[in-house]
Amino acid sequence: MALLEVRDLRIHFPTDDGLVKSVDGVSFSLERGRTLGIVGESGSGKSVTSLGIMGLHHGTKARITGEIRLDGEELAHADPARVRELRGAKMAMIFQDPLSSLHPFYKVGDQIAEAYRIHHRKATGKQARQRAIDMLARVGIPQPAVRVADYPHQFSGGMRQRVMIAMALCNDPELLIADEPTTALDVTVQAQILDLISELQAEFGSAVIIITHDLGVVAQIADDILVMYAGRPAEYGAAADIFDRPGHPYTWGLLASMPRLDRERQSRLVPIPGTPPSLIRVPPGCPFHPRCRYTGATGGRCQTEVPVLSEPMTPGHAAACHLTVAQRAREWAALSAGQVPPGAGEPDNREPVPQGGVET
Amino acid sequence: MTGQIGMPQAGSGRTAGPDGDALLHVTGLVRHFPVTRGVVFRQKVGAVRAVDGIDLSVAKGQTLGLVGESGCGKTTTGRLLTRLDEPTGGRIVIDGYDVTHLRPGQMRPLRREIQMIFQDPYSSLNPRHTVGAIVGAPFRLQKIRPPGGIKRSVQELLELVGLSPEHYNRYPHEFSGGQRQRIGIARTLALRPKLIVADEPVSALDVSIQAQVINLLEDLQDELGLTYVVIAHDLSVVRHISDHVAVMYLGKLVELASRDQLYARPRHPYTVALMSAVPVPEPVRSADGKRERRQRIRLAGDPPSPLNPPPACRFHTRCWKARDICRTEEPALAEVVPGHQVACHFPENTAQDPAASGDRRPA
Repeated sequence: MALLEVRDLRIHFPTDDGLVKSVDGVSFSLERGRTLGIVGESGSGKSVTSLGIMGLHHGTKARITGEIRLDGEELAHADPARVRELRGAKMAMIFQDPLSSLHPFYKVGDQIAEAYRIHHRKATGKQARQRAIDMLARVGIPQPAVRVADYPHQFSGGMRQRVMIAMALCNDPELLIADEPTTALDVTVQAQILDLISELQAEFGSAVIIITHDLGVVAQIADDILVMYAGRPAEYGAAADIFDRPGHPYTWGLLASMPRLDRERQSRLVPIPGTPPSLIRVPPGCPFHPRCRYTGATGGRCQTEVPVLSEPMTPGHAAACHLTVAQRAREWAALSAGQVPPGAGEPDNREPVPQGGVET
Repeated sequence: MTGQIGMPQAGSGRTAGPDGDALLHVTGLVRHFPVTRGVVFRQKVGAVRAVDGIDLSVAKGQTLGLVGESGCGKTTTGRLLTRLDEPTGGRIVIDGYDVTHLRPGQMRPLRREIQMIFQDPYSSLNPRHTVGAIVGAPFRLQKIRPPGGIKRSVQELLELVGLSPEHYNRYPHEFSGGQRQRIGIARTLALRPKLIVADEPVSALDVSIQAQVINLLEDLQDELGLTYVVIAHDLSVVRHISDHVAVMYLGKLVELASRDQLYARPRHPYTVALMSAVPVPEPVRSADGKRERRQRIRLAGDPPSPLNPPPACRFHTRCWKARDICRTEEPALAEVVPGHQVACHFPENTAQDPAASGDRRPA
């Protein structure tokens, strides 16, 4: 059985302007020892999903429906006290900005020891401190016995992220969620941290969810990938399948719009036109259709019918798109052969009026 | 319509530049930030050597990419070029004017010619001002009355950057990040500057929007003949947008070359390591289809502090090729092949280097 099963998760926030559908029908499962990459732009619902799994929407106005099962135990509607017992022990999280996630007034050793003692009530202070030193050593901090008494400001950005990882792993969690763990870091340090996460995963056998906007990061570290757009899953499958045969025009757009070091330099980038939609007024039908270049081929279904993740292209790989599998294969073959997608030749910098704006 | 925006003529009295068609010419640029101790008797106890002697020049209509990790001094360099900060030493000549030590009042007329695009489109636009006020501010500050009036010029600028003239009375919060960045670009273009320093112009934007803004910057350059200095940490973006690329490490230039030369054959070990660390959106697989880890040069540790940079070659503490000479003698930025300068005793990808073809991994 999979360690984590998420079924039809919906997380909605009522606001004065309307209902914000941050997550709207997301399903995935994750085995121990595997890494799932959740990719999407800001506002795609990737962070809200992970906070939902960690039970961190408790106390907000969030309306959560659907199922989250960790090791068979239902969490979405569980008692907050029970979720608190699991959080930090069985599931742990690393955040994007290590400086604002660490308390500036406390020594890093004390912060790690605190995380340990909350879940090991019988541990003595000395044991907890030793655990902190061991964990700092484990994440590659030189002289851990000395650095344990340092404050967060005495560490560099990469070292702080290592401290965060040490804290997250000090109770041997089975599920580790890393929300943009390397976005605030330099590329050389990012490479170190990604390697560290994979090494520790191999050692502890935990399941990892890595949330990022960077397709390069998921290509490097993820076994499976979930591409999200406007709170909905756009494409889900094994990493190799998604990079070899992406099946959703949004994924194509992401891949085509990135300047890439591993390819010949293109004279011009092919951006995705328009901007991501407001989550209060998600377009009817496929949420991506106002920005999609292929809506002509489906006879108007894109505008009216919400596509679901069905009709697997290969086992375990599905895209929420009305194009047929054959159409997708043809379009992707054309794109990867370097053809410019329809409509991309026109100047794309004439934009429509902002969608999420306040009407005046 | 784009060519008709009412453009003020910059002040006259320009002298010929030191070398032909270089719009920007920088020699020996230094900026040290003093570190002081004590409140009453302030003693200087050291200096953060943010920029420590760099030479650059950018030809008209070209783009120079300035790359490096955080703390390498690239943003300070940008602030010096736009004279938002005063250099400790060196010389900056823009379009024939020596601007190195101009006072703010003397600098003001030149601000028409040098403008900046900022990283964060959220904090660089005043939330209480309308788009019209924001984009029109340069005209008011410079007391310029463009033909047709300020409003008309602002609307033309909005159209130029791909926004609609009807956005004139809207506020920044009504726009997405990419659109805000376009507003910032419109403001930058208001006075038709010659030189634009863009500090991480797309790094705060979503991937799908980055490409739109990069294309816009390129179109504007073609249309208006702009000269760019683009400061960025993303090597793929820099390759796309630049004609020449300068790589900075701890306040110094370590490599300077044309884009194609630099990316085809990076010479400085730091550049090589940086390039190998860029995550590529393509999983690596071995012959039998299994996932593999990408071959990558892992630099140990973090960049050292610019407060106390390592002696001689500043990269020697993290370099896998470092030998004794690297710790004692500073390598000068020298041309290894025409148009390709590198500051290294043992550059990569050269014929003389035994390691060039074979082992590039750290020992």
